Amino acid sequence: MESTILNKTDDKIIQIESPILNIDKLSVSYGGDKYSIMDVSAGIQKNKITAIMGPSGCGKSTLLRAINRMHELYPDTHHKGSITLAGENIYKINPIELRRKIGMVFQRPNPFPTMSIYDNVIAAYKLNGIKLKKSEKDEIVERSLREVGLWDETKDALHKKGTFLSGGQQQRLCIARALAYKPEVILLDEPTSALDPIATAKIEDLLVNLKKNYTIILVTHNMGQAARISDHSMFMYLGELVEYGKTKKMFTTPKDERTEAYLTGKFG
Amino acid sequence: MNTINSISNQKLRWRVFNDKLFSIVMMTLAFISAVPLISILYQLIKKGYKQVRLSFFIEVAPDTMEAMMAKVNHEIIPGGIANGIVGTLIIVGMASLIAIPLGLTTGIYLSESSKNKMANIVRFVVDMLQGVPSIVLGVIAYIWVVKPITSGFSALAGSVALSIMMLPSIIRSTEETLKMIPPTLKEAALSLGVPYYKTVLKVLLPTGMSGISTGIILGISRIAGETAPLMLTALGSSAINLDITQPSSAIPLLVWEFYNDPNLVNLIWGASLILLLIIFLLNIVAKAISKKWKVQY
Repeated sequence: MESTILNKTDDKIIQIESPILNIDKLSVSYGGDKYSIMDVSAGIQKNKITAIMGPSGCGKSTLLRAINRMHELYPDTHHKGSITLAGENIYKINPIELRRKIGMVFQRPNPFPTMSIYDNVIAAYKLNGIKLKKSEKDEIVERSLREVGLWDETKDALHKKGTFLSGGQQQRLCIARALAYKPEVILLDEPTSALDPIATAKIEDLLVNLKKNYTIILVTHNMGQAARISDHSMFMYLGELVEYGKTKKMFTTPKDERTEAYLTGKFG
Repeated sequence: MNTINSISNQKLRWRVFNDKLFSIVMMTLAFISAVPLISILYQLIKKGYKQVRLSFFIEVAPDTMEAMMAKVNHEIIPGGIANGIVGTLIIVGMASLIAIPLGLTTGIYLSESSKNKMANIVRFVVDMLQGVPSIVLGVIAYIWVVKPITSGFSALAGSVALSIMMLPSIIRSTEETLKMIPPTLKEAALSLGVPYYKTVLKVLLPTGMSGISTGIILGISRIAGETAPLMLTALGSSAINLDITQPSSAIPLLVWEFYNDPNLVNLIWGASLILLLIIFLLNIVAKAISKKWKVQY
């Protein structure tokens, strides 16, 4: 009896072979006994886009932030369970070091307003006091801006402030900034929710190109976006990971009725 | 077409008249509040411009005999306020050296731990400090510095009194400016693996530089004209004094001294004019900085 139930849940969560990130029975609380996410277990496959979907308040951002320990910025957080990055427990790595391996892009474009486009891209080096030769800096800036398709648009204005760019360009600049340090994983928290459809399409194309070199985890409240660009999708509801599977399969034949209700627009 | 909603011509004219009347009253009252400043400036320039020559800036204050002789001969009183200018620069400069680092760190602390109990206490104390009469700060500096440290009146004691006075404005402007910075900027830096202290020093502070430096300059301009605390601390000096452990003059102290000497009393206009212009200049610089360094998020 018990084993059949186990099998049933297992069925809704796919097993990833040799995942780059492994989330194991993770629960995160922002204080007290109330947990924002409960008992989440999932492996993340390398060089794929994994989308996290769910209605607001379902814990998708919390899960994302737990991966590079940004949730710890709130004072009373605690967690149970673990996450490993290439076999290493991230809660045993210094968060400063961890965040250099796991980059992050936020909902609203947030380039540093006092810095030029150039300095924004190498901000991770600059702010950490890592000395680079001019040629090395130039190379990093060009590589990162090319990766996000911003090089041609900005190569003549590298020393202008990043905040002069349009919203979509700013967001690509923020992605370039996160890429400059060559992280292994990039986390994106609803990166297009503040952008217009054209800018959104550019970012989506960009993410698909980037997965060759990076592992991407994307929180989105836009089901269409998850369907268009992600390889795997998670559906979260009330802090629980309800279903996790190949995106195509999940969108056509969801296994949990809550997933189905969400995908067909019954709530969320 | 005389429906209930239509306004009669007479009523309409009455409304237009009221509108005009209101604007005129507003303009007049606004003008009245500008009158004192304009008339102060007018008075100071009218009575003081003759005194303000090059020698006014490079010579020390005359003694009462020199001034009396000049008065008898109907000449312009010789000498200047160089001892006051140098004294003010040293006292205010040192006060800033004490207050800026202290104020900045306190402001950062308050904005970063805004709900903390300790922060609430500090914030309350700082607000109280703002209301402490400046003469009381003079008394405190007298007890803290004049007696035990410099064993006598000194520029340093004056600086300590003034630094306490400028602290609240630096602290509050730093706190308020930093609180306005969107939290996502801090997150952006932390997510790049930048340690917290570098995030504060290299991202938050530069972003808030315009507001913070405006607060600092306004703080300086507030203390530059202070007289009462200096009477109990720096005391005054008839010569230019560069030793911070010795009594020192300051422009507002000179104005007070001139006022008390019937032979020198005519010097108060020139001295006040220079003091006022220095403070104006500081305010203009503060405005220019807040405009020029304004950061667009």
